[in-house]
Amino acid sequence: MEPTSASSRRAFWALLAAGGALVAVALGAAHYMEVHGHAVTGMNNQVVWGLPHVFAIFLIVAASGALNVASIGSVFGEAAYKPHSPLSVLLTVALLAGGLMVLVLDLGRPERLVVAATHYNFRSIFAWNMILYNGLFAICALYLWALLERRLGGYAKPVGLAAFAWRIILTTGTGSIFGFLVARQAYASGVIAPLFIALSLAWGLAAFHLAQCGLARLAGREPMDAELHARVRRLLAIFVIAALYFVAVHHLTNLYWAKQAAFERFILVTGAPYPALFWGGFVVAGSAVPLVLLLHPGFAGPRATAAASLLVSLGALAFLYVFIIGGQAFPLEIFPGYEVASAFHDGQVDGYAPSLPEFLLGLGGIAAAFVIALAGARALPVLPPDTVAVAAAK
Amino acid sequence: MNPVDQRRRDFLGKAAVAAGAMIAPGVILYDYAHAKQGAEPVSGKVRWGMLIDTTKCASGCRECVDACNRENGLPGSTRPTDSQWIRKVDLKDLKSGKAVSLPVMCQHCAEPPCVDVCPTGASFKREDGIVLVDRHTCIGCRYCMMACPYKARSFVHEPTTGQKPDVPRGKGCVESCTLCVHKVDRGGTPSCVEACAAAGHGAIVFGDLNDPASEISKRVRAATTTQLRADLRTDNGVRYQGL
Amino acid sequence: MTVAGILRAAAAAALLLAGSAAGPLAHASGPALDAARAGPCVEDPKLMRRSHPDFLKHGRDDTVRKGIRGIRHSLAACVDCHASRADGRVLGSERHFCQGCHDYAAVKVDCFDCHASTARPAATAAAPATGGAR
Repeated sequence: MEPTSASSRRAFWALLAAGGALVAVALGAAHYMEVHGHAVTGMNNQVVWGLPHVFAIFLIVAASGALNVASIGSVFGEAAYKPHSPLSVLLTVALLAGGLMVLVLDLGRPERLVVAATHYNFRSIFAWNMILYNGLFAICALYLWALLERRLGGYAKPVGLAAFAWRIILTTGTGSIFGFLVARQAYASGVIAPLFIALSLAWGLAAFHLAQCGLARLAGREPMDAELHARVRRLLAIFVIAALYFVAVHHLTNLYWAKQAAFERFILVTGAPYPALFWGGFVVAGSAVPLVLLLHPGFAGPRATAAASLLVSLGALAFLYVFIIGGQAFPLEIFPGYEVASAFHDGQVDGYAPSLPEFLLGLGGIAAAFVIALAGARALPVLPPDTVAVAAAK
Repeated sequence: MNPVDQRRRDFLGKAAVAAGAMIAPGVILYDYAHAKQGAEPVSGKVRWGMLIDTTKCASGCRECVDACNRENGLPGSTRPTDSQWIRKVDLKDLKSGKAVSLPVMCQHCAEPPCVDVCPTGASFKREDGIVLVDRHTCIGCRYCMMACPYKARSFVHEPTTGQKPDVPRGKGCVESCTLCVHKVDRGGTPSCVEACAAAGHGAIVFGDLNDPASEISKRVRAATTTQLRADLRTDNGVRYQGL
Repeated sequence: MTVAGILRAAAAAALLLAGSAAGPLAHASGPALDAARAGPCVEDPKLMRRSHPDFLKHGRDDTVRKGIRGIRHSLAACVDCHASRADGRVLGSERHFCQGCHDYAAVKVDCFDCHASTARPAATAAAPATGGAR
C-alpha cells in the first residue's frame, strides 16, 4: 500500500501513531498489574480469567479465521480470492501477535516466558497451543514469502495447504482449552472445538473485510471488485449462521441434561449481565442484524458489509465475555443436592467487575494487531493491484 | 579390530572398574549419612491421604483453617483475591434439611486435572501422592485453577511478606494445600489434623492409604466413605465420612 | 551496545574476576558485608561465590520434587548462617549478605520474592555470639 496523496500519508502516520500510543498504554497497564499483582484487576480466585482473556481469545480465534481468504485462493483454487491472499496471511500474523501479547502480559509471572518455552507438559493442551501458535507464525512467514515472491509461486499451494490444516488444528486446540475442562459446567464439551472453528471462520472473515476496506480507503482505492464483494458478503453470512448453529447445539445439549439446568438458566435467563450480553450482544447485534445486512438485497454495498463485520466483531467480544467470565462466575458444583455456604464463595455467583488496567491491556492487543497490519501493509505489497485500474484496463 | 584399539578398550575397561571401586565407598557412606527421615526421595509405596469424619466436625469451628494459616504464613483474610488453602463449608441438604459442616482443601487426586493441564509441569504430583505447585516453574497462567473441580487453588494476587522459611510463597504464582509437606517429610502430621485433635474433635485422620495397617486404611475399610466429585474418577487422597 | 558500553562491561568483568581470585587485595574493593556466623561454609567460599546458583537450583529440585529435606545446599540454611546478627536478615542494606553482594555485582536476586529472608528462630538461638572469625 503506497499512500497516493499527502493527506493519506498524513492519515497513515496518524493512525500508526494512535495505534502505537494504545500499545504503549497497554504495556504501562501490564506493568502496573505486574507491580501491584492481579489484585488491581477484577479477577479473583473464582473468576481467574477475565477481560484480557476475552480480548486475547477473540484475537487468536479471529487470527485463524483471517486465513480464510488465502485458503480459498490457494487450497480451493478460487482465482478471484488469490489477489487478496497476502493481506489475509499478514492479518493472521497481526491478530495472533496481538492476542499472544495480551495472553503473555496477563500471566502472573510474564518474565518467566522462557520457562514456558523450555518446560513442556505434553498432556497439557496449553503447551500444545504454544507450539501451534509459534508454528503458525512460521508457516505464515513462509506462506507470505511464497505469495509475494513470484519465483516461489509454485510453493503457494502446498504451503497454503499446510497453513489451512495447521490453523484448523490450532483452533481445535484453542477450543479444547475449554472443552477439556472436565469439572466445569460451562465447558467440558467436545462441541466447543468445532464451535470455535465456526466462530473463527466468521470472526476472521469479518476482520479481513474491515482491514481490506480500511487499507483500500487509505490507499484511495475501491475496497474490492463488486463480484468478489458479493461472494465475501454471502460467505460471511454462511459463517455467521454456522457459528450460531454450533452455539445452539451447545446450549441445547446442556438444556437437555438435568444437571446443567441451573447453569443454563443462569447464563440464558437470570444471571445478569450475561443473558443480556448473550441475547442482545451476540445473538441480536452480533448475528441477527449482520445477517440482515449481509442477506438483504437493500444493503449490497461494501459499507453495509463493513458495518456487518464490525457488528460480528463486537458480538464476538460479547459472546466471549459470557462464555469465559459468565462460565466462571457460576459456582462450581462440588456438592450436588446441597445448599452450600463458605468464606470462599462456594455456592455463590461471583461479582466480577473488570478494572481499567485489564481493559487497556486487552484493547492494546487489538491496537498491536492494527499496528502490525498497518505497518506490514505499508512495507509489503499485500494489497491487490488497484481494482479500479484493472477494471478500466479491461 | 587392530591391536591399538584392543589395548585402548582394555584400558578403558580397567579404568572404569578402578573408578567404580574408588567411588563406591563414597556412595555407600553417603547412603549411611542420609539414612534418616526426609533424606531419601519419597516413594510411591506411600499414598498420603486424609479421612474427614463430618459427624465430628463442628459447624462454626475454624481450628483447622486458623492452624493452616499460622503454619503456612497465610494472612487469613477472606477477600475474593486472598488465598485460602483450606476452608470450612456448611452444607444443607435441599430435600431433608440435614446440615453438615466440613473442611475442603486440595483433594490430592491420583489423577489430578491441575497436573494434566499445567503447560510447564509446575503443577505436579509427588511419588507419595501429594499434589504441589513448583513455584520455580509456575508462570501464573491459572489454567490449573480453571481445571480444579474443588476450587482448591488460589492465586497470589499481591506481593507477599512474612513468609515462613519452610513455606515460600509469592505474587504471581498459584498455590494450594501442600498437606504440610515440610512436616510430613520429617515424619510430622499436617497442622489442620493436629489442631482438630487438640480442639477435641479428632475429625481428621491423616495417614498412608497404601498401608493396610494404618489407622486411615482401617477406618476407610470399616466405614462408608465418599470422595468429592467421585463421578470424575480423580481418585482423591482426601475422603469424607458421613456425607 | 556502544563501544563505551562494551568497554564498561569488560572493565566490570575484569573487576569481578579480580574479586573472586585476588584474595585480600580484592576485599578492599569488594562489598563490605556483615560477617557470617561461626564455622566454615558448606563449600569452599571461592566455589560458592561462583556456583551457588547451581547448587541452589539442584537442591531446590531435590526438595520440591523428591521431598529430600536437610539437603547440603539449602537456601534456608544459607540464610540461617549468613543473616546479619543485627536483625537476622540477608536483605535490607548493602551490608546484608545477599543484597550487598548482589548489588555490588548488579545481579537481580529474586529468591526472596517468595522465600523468607530471615533466619529461622532456632538458628538464631543456636548461633554462638562469638561468630565472625573462622
